[in-house]
Amino acid sequence: MTILCIVDVAEGRERPASRELLGAARQLKGALGCQVLALVPASGDFAHLGAWGADAVHTLPALDGAFSSDASAAVLAQAVETLGGDLVLFSAGARARELAPRLAARLGRPLLGECTQLDATSGLVATRPIFAGKVLVKAPVALPAILTLRPKLFPALEDGFAVASQSLALSQGEMKAVVTELLAAAGGKLDLSEADIIVSGGRGVGGPEGFAPLESLATQLGAAVGASRAAVDAGWRPHSQQVGQTGKVVNPTLYIACGISGAIQHLAGMKNSRYIVAINKDPEAPIFKVADYGIVGDLFEVVPALAAALA
Amino acid sequence: MRIVVCMKRVPDTESVIRIAPDGGAVDTADLNYIINPYDEYAIEAALQMKDADDSVQVLLLTVGESAAESTIRKGLAMGADEAVLLQVPKDLSDPLGTARLLAEWLKANPADLVLAGKQGVDFDHGAVPGMVAELLGWAGASSVCALACEASHATVEREVEGGRERVRLPLPCVISADKGLNEPRYASLKGIMGAKKKPLAVVDCAAQSGALGSLEAPPARPAGRVVGQGAAAATELARLLKEEARVL
Ligand SMILES: Cc1cc2nc3c(=O)[nH]c(=O)nc-3n(C[C@H](O)[C@H](O)[C@H](O)COP(=O)(O)OP(=O)(O)OC[C@H]3O[C@@H](n4cnc5c(N)ncnc54)[C@H](O)[C@@H]3O)c2cc1C
Ligand SMILES: Nc1ncnc2c1ncn2[C@@H]1O[C@H](COP(=O)(O)O)[C@@H](O)[C@H]1O
Repeated sequence: MTILCIVDVAEGRERPASRELLGAARQLKGALGCQVLALVPASGDFAHLGAWGADAVHTLPALDGAFSSDASAAVLAQAVETLGGDLVLFSAGARARELAPRLAARLGRPLLGECTQLDATSGLVATRPIFAGKVLVKAPVALPAILTLRPKLFPALEDGFAVASQSLALSQGEMKAVVTELLAAAGGKLDLSEADIIVSGGRGVGGPEGFAPLESLATQLGAAVGASRAAVDAGWRPHSQQVGQTGKVVNPTLYIACGISGAIQHLAGMKNSRYIVAINKDPEAPIFKVADYGIVGDLFEVVPALAAALA
Repeated sequence: MRIVVCMKRVPDTESVIRIAPDGGAVDTADLNYIINPYDEYAIEAALQMKDADDSVQVLLLTVGESAAESTIRKGLAMGADEAVLLQVPKDLSDPLGTARLLAEWLKANPADLVLAGKQGVDFDHGAVPGMVAELLGWAGASSVCALACEASHATVEREVEGGRERVRLPLPCVISADKGLNEPRYASLKGIMGAKKKPLAVVDCAAQSGALGSLEAPPARPAGRVVGQGAAAATELARLLKEEARVL
């Protein structure tokens, strides 16, 4: 039996979430009695993925160059057939959202997306939140199957050894949809889904310039900046920073909510953060019900004071 | 140009979701349904193309139980021309099963462009549009926040980790909408009146979902705790973050 982990590559390196994927696979390995393969949809030497839990690494040079969801899914399907892959794992994200459904449809396999927990004590059971996390489903996984795992929930385990990295000779066919341009490069900015700490602002921030103290606290802590829908809809922040039911679901270690009331749709995106800090001038704001540490006060006084206290 | 918008009904996002006594399904008895929020962006995108060009026809396509009709009428009230309900005995929770029904209908009733939402805010799969595209052998793009469509191809933008990418796709294709694509219109009174008379065809399908699994409430968070008031409490908060939570 084989677990095939599809590694997400950015600028020639695996994303941290892909190491978590290998960690998750390795935890299943004993119980399921299987090998863990890393499949890297790019060329290059990825032998070091052995240290993160891969028993073997296969690269797919055919997928270097422009990204095409249809052509890539076709190549991945062949790779699954060549290498085996009773369980195919992706880390949930933009690429997985394009590829996993296509692969599932192509191979006629079930897809369980955005899993938050895997348990192999008796058969494989995947936990996934539904209704924006209001309910959890524990679903028995009938293999073969395809799963996507949410980032920042599975441990990356570095204690293996480098293994051989071999390239898989498959060719890419016709490309229909093609990525023609990367418009806004990250410029070193952390993506919300990968951030350990998020400093987030809502309507209480009052305007785009009101985010300055939040930005400065975020820089000091190495954090990403998030926002409520109210702040995004007002045009103060880009949609990519929206946290919540119609934004991103995040699982950071620390989420600092400033001037956010804590509407149910916002909570849907952040209530699984390990620690939640709320700064709000309304003591009745619902955000205080979920905050491990709340401060009732004006964010324009509290945020700079917190930055100073942490300096 | 013929545009098909795949839309579904979902419980209002404010709803309390109760688990049925057998623990294997959601208790749907008291739920109030809305158009899936992401599908509203898809409908709006189609209607904007129709506003710009009279010859554009917009059809809404739903897989669902008969009760979905009232939600479909809301989509018609926004301005779509007609709708088809692929009626199943019970709303499906299985994306591949749903995608197969949609793809089968689309094979028999060709469209130039299929629009959908990025994700149903019920089972949060985000899978159906990509599956439909693959089953049809079409191009596709998920979670798009900008869309320009010409006679033979579409250009879209989508957010990816660390940036935004532009994708060019030949028609026909399946595109799923993210928030940010547009601002969905409200139905006018005239639209609501007119929607009652618009064609809504019902096609019977026998499909059923497999079991979902066992449902449970997520673990509760410990009750919130207020550290103090105003800037003076910042020092204590800093101490707690370092010494108690040990996250900094
Ligand atoms: C279908 C649907 C989907 C949605 N999806 C999302 C989503 O993904 N994400 C999301 O966030 N929302 C979402 N919403 C919107 C949600 O219901 C709320 O409207 C929104 O979260 C409110 O944002 P807010 O907390 O910033 O603003 P408000 O609710 O207006 O709260 C502002 C808070 O700031 C406080 N405040 C004001 N000034 C200060 C100050 N100087 N110092 C400290 N505190 C101050 C106030 O006391 C108040 O609590 C969705 C709604 C719907 C219907
Ligand atoms: N039952 C359905 N009927 C019509 N369209 C659907 C249905 N289920 C999902 N879709 C479409 O697929 C999108 C993503 O849904 P999902 O994959 O279920 O999260 C939705 O926003 C709809 O556009």
